[in-house]
Amino acid sequence: MRLEVEISGKTFRSVAGETHEVLAPVNFSLQSGEVGVLIGPSGCGKSTMLRIILGLDRDFHGTIARPPEARIGMVFQEPRLLPWRSVEQNVRLAAPGISETKLSELFRILELDAHRGHFPGELSLGLARRVALARAFAVEPDLLVLDEPLASLDDALAGRLRGEIATLVASRPVMTLLVTHSLDDAIRLGDRLFFLSPRPARIVQEVPIAIPRAERSEAALSRIRTELGALLLESK
Amino acid sequence: MLRLLSFTLFLAIWWIAALFVGGAKLPSPPAVLDVIIAEASNGALFLHLGATLARVILAFVLAMSLGSAIGYLMGRVKLADRLGDPWLILLLNLPALVVIVLAYIWAGLTEAAAIAAIAINKLPTAIVTLREGTRALDRSLDEMATVFAMPRWRAFRHVVLPQLAPYIAASARSGLSLVWKIVLVAELLGRPNGVGFEIGVAFQLFDTPRLLAYSLTFAAVVLVIETALVQPFEARATRWRPRAA
Repeated sequence: MRLEVEISGKTFRSVAGETHEVLAPVNFSLQSGEVGVLIGPSGCGKSTMLRIILGLDRDFHGTIARPPEARIGMVFQEPRLLPWRSVEQNVRLAAPGISETKLSELFRILELDAHRGHFPGELSLGLARRVALARAFAVEPDLLVLDEPLASLDDALAGRLRGEIATLVASRPVMTLLVTHSLDDAIRLGDRLFFLSPRPARIVQEVPIAIPRAERSEAALSRIRTELGALLLESK
Repeated sequence: MLRLLSFTLFLAIWWIAALFVGGAKLPSPPAVLDVIIAEASNGALFLHLGATLARVILAFVLAMSLGSAIGYLMGRVKLADRLGDPWLILLLNLPALVVIVLAYIWAGLTEAAAIAAIAINKLPTAIVTLREGTRALDRSLDEMATVFAMPRWRAFRHVVLPQLAPYIAASARSGLSLVWKIVLVAELLGRPNGVGFEIGVAFQLFDTPRLLAYSLTFAAVVLVIETALVQPFEARATRWRPRAA
């Protein structure tokens, strides 16, 4: 499976009647098994880009090609759980076919066992984010879209969840698109990093990371970090 | 306990007032109870209450289902809202009496005319409430359902309906009280049975005990339905909300 993004532009008309350019031409593609990371300043149009890719916003110029049968798993910036359904029901509603074994496994990994019967209003933000992750994983997605999934989690948990995302990505041929502010998340999870400019967003640098995810040692990571720093300074 | 006390207080005030005013204008509680027992034992009470209840249920169900559907449509589709709005304003401000009289003139003194007239009176408030509820729907949850490719019906049942439930409950609550009031007028004007008809007869004979007997049993039935059906539904619909202090 393959995701092809060819956006030639997106404008937005404000209430005052002025047109604003939100996205400049943006082209990239993603293969199964690949993790693409979008990194850019706040308000540069990342969320708009995601909405277009997900098919929620059709008012743009260009084409998005993804197999129509591709199952999508999404972790929104806010958890977007149904407050009137329990944690378990929230997951099951998105993934009705999931087996009890799979579900238990998922809840165990994300440490949600004790919260199955709770309502989202009774959860902390960190827990709600984990439920959102569980829901996205539960659908066994072909395209996994993660919009700042690890924001506002403590380092230990973020690290563990990062590991879980890596495991999932390795276990199935899934195309993953990660939006993040954190360079650390990007270099630990990404295969290709797309650095975006301020609004209207365009890709200023595309950086592939050659070392397979599982083999990235701390030393290798810090080397990548330094290289990226130099590269980004250069492009500015 | 407090409810019982409040009810006893009501009875006491009534009784004392009856002593001052005199039995012709305000009969005492036992006098009214005698009439209730007499009417109940010859079956008339149940016949009239049953007829009224049947009308209430039919008109209420008709108005709620139709009103909810139209309100949802108007909340979702801009064109429907623009087209429907003038009608809605007209219906909202049309006096109940006008609707009832016109229904009887146009459709005859029939059961269908009575039920339709009652339903039409309730319809616009159901539409307005459900339209507001639909406008207040959380778009971000709709998007979530779209992204996860939830089938329409599942999304409606689990994403949309729970958000509308408080509005449906509010509309049912206010609608029921409206229907209770209007059904009696419709019966008074053009039906040969029902509580409204009996009250009309009692009025013509200035038979206050009979009037009170029917009104109070009717009020009791309303109270029972409110506490046994409407309130539990409301509580269930909002059960996931954190409790107010």
